[in-house]
Amino acid sequence: MTSAPTAPVTMAKALNDGLRKAMEDDPKVVVMGEDVGKLGGVFRITDGLQKDFGEDRVIDTPLAESAIIGTAVGLAIRGYRPVCEIQFDGFVFPGFDQIVSQVAKFHNRSAGTMRMPITIRIPSGGGIGAVEHHSESVETYFAHTAGLKVVACSNPSDAFWMIQEAIADDDPVIFIEPKRLYHAAKAEVAASPTPLYSAQVVRPGTHVTVAGYGGVVPTLLESAKVAAEDGVELEVIDLRTVSPLDTDTILESVRRTGRLIVVHEAPQSFGVGAEIAARVTEKAFYSLEAPVLRVAGYDTPYPPSRLEHEWLPNLDRVLDAVDAVMEY
Amino acid sequence: MSEHVHAVQPEADMVQLLTPEGQRVEHPEYPLTITDDEIRSLYRDLFLVRRIDTEAIALQRQGELGLWASLLGQEAAQIGAGRALRPQDMAFPTYREHGVAWCKDVDPLTLLGLFRGTNLGGWDPNSNNFSLYTIVIGAQTLHATGYAMGVVRDGAVGTGDPDRDTAVLAFFGDGASSQGDVNESFVWAGAANLPIVFYCQNNQWAISEPVERQSRVPLHHRARGFGFRGVRVDGNDVLACLAVTRDALDHARAAQGPTFVEAYTYRMNPHTTNDDPRRYRPGSEADTWKLRDPLERVRAYLVREAGTPPAFFEELAAEAEQLGEHIRTGCRALVDPSPASAFDDVYVSMPDELRVERDQFVNFVEEVSA
Repeated sequence: MTSAPTAPVTMAKALNDGLRKAMEDDPKVVVMGEDVGKLGGVFRITDGLQKDFGEDRVIDTPLAESAIIGTAVGLAIRGYRPVCEIQFDGFVFPGFDQIVSQVAKFHNRSAGTMRMPITIRIPSGGGIGAVEHHSESVETYFAHTAGLKVVACSNPSDAFWMIQEAIADDDPVIFIEPKRLYHAAKAEVAASPTPLYSAQVVRPGTHVTVAGYGGVVPTLLESAKVAAEDGVELEVIDLRTVSPLDTDTILESVRRTGRLIVVHEAPQSFGVGAEIAARVTEKAFYSLEAPVLRVAGYDTPYPPSRLEHEWLPNLDRVLDAVDAVMEY
Repeated sequence: MSEHVHAVQPEADMVQLLTPEGQRVEHPEYPLTITDDEIRSLYRDLFLVRRIDTEAIALQRQGELGLWASLLGQEAAQIGAGRALRPQDMAFPTYREHGVAWCKDVDPLTLLGLFRGTNLGGWDPNSNNFSLYTIVIGAQTLHATGYAMGVVRDGAVGTGDPDRDTAVLAFFGDGASSQGDVNESFVWAGAANLPIVFYCQNNQWAISEPVERQSRVPLHHRARGFGFRGVRVDGNDVLACLAVTRDALDHARAAQGPTFVEAYTYRMNPHTTNDDPRRYRPGSEADTWKLRDPLERVRAYLVREAGTPPAFFEELAAEAEQLGEHIRTGCRALVDPSPASAFDDVYVSMPDELRVERDQFVNFVEEVSA
């Protein structure tokens, strides 16, 4: 049986171990997607699973994203617990209708009689020098849809535990995997999970709350290090869950710091940052020393890769925002 | 406008076992052994399902339903397919399969909530092996395909055990045959040889668009390209629909793979109670199809060939009256949804933020209705 890795692992390995454990724990878990079997997925996240669990449980599907999701709905009705891999973020849109109109609404349409325990893994975001449609941040579309939950891991330990928690959840979960972190660094895996739908303060601080999720979290931690050299203490929150949003953890922090910056790769307008700014304004207006700022992807299509390091939320853009709220 | 009814000619090999005049005919590939009592039972289904439809239309006219999608003209296509199902077989309907619901012992009142606006469907797909009505055109064919994948993984095909082997019946229409989801279903089911029957009721019209807008070839010819059998059946002939669907379901249960059945029929009524077909099709077309009515041919057979006494039809009429009363009374008694119910089944485990919204909405409704 698979247990939590004892040696430090990459996020890719942690996800692979987490999937393996979920498949061992529940024979109804099936993994399905393009190239997930023999190849082990284009990112090798499902490496070796087909060899160990067979072709019936690790399914190389035809190249049809709507069908990957739509057949998962049927498998769920039959009592299975599908884990779908969408090969790249930008390829989720052919499956969008099945996710939004079927996966998200089926439980409600059935008056609660039918559950949709489907996990949809989406390697997401930029920073890997990819071609068009391979670097997008799609979480906001799904966070806007009732019936779905949307989470994002940012480190190997969370990856190992969160994927298992998502699969065990009886609600459908969009599982965002920041692909540039798959092999970024090895880290220890905690002995036990953190509740899935909670944010975590990953670095305490007193002057500015900086909140983000997924691929930007390492950037936030780096920003906090640099800001500390100038005497500004950032409190970094890894949101971990986009929907539902752990508003309480954000509010608790902002009431202490009085300043909030929300960071995400997804385009700025109508995004997670906007939602958080609205909630904080509503609930903690009198604690705010400065407007809530957003550091996000710009409102453009994802740019050609030779522009992406400037376009993405990066150390300089985050520190500029820190200066702005400190000087306000 | 040209006479649409001649635009796509029925194939010479369209399977028919009962002519529009009520004559039994044989088809070499689809022999059907059936007693007159069984045919009377099918006639009962056809007659009562038509009554459900008539009552629902009247309820819509009276403002008791917001909308109704009539099955008039398609009774045989649905009863023939529905009566071919075994209890363990799973059906995935569109929003018009009231006749299949009847065969799966779903109370007609259960279907009305969606159209009355008291719920969004609200039944458990697994309680009668009848999935929820699906309004996005063609989406349910993928659910059926996935379900069939589950059936295979459960080892419930090709065992030879008639109580275990399971087939899936996916309903859709001529319009849906253009949808990506339907074609993806064909690809998947063909490649994996799944135990599924794709049952297309070609009722000639997708709201205002005739079937020749969807296809240059007869729809059942498409099956060959996906690697499985396609057959066209007289969709107004309940015996032929029963025989063809039974054969296709047997084929599926025996792990022989999918079949595409094109039930060639006609939507006698508007698309829904909101539609006005006078804008797009000539009335003479319905006159032609009226001569092919799915009920009249069975009645003619039962009277002329099977010596069915008038008492049978009188008793059936009385039963239909009772059913009508059940529908009229039951529809008006359907309970309006509570304010909280809009929130309660969005998630299995309700997030706190939604709970807050729910409480606000419940309080708001209480205040305005106080």
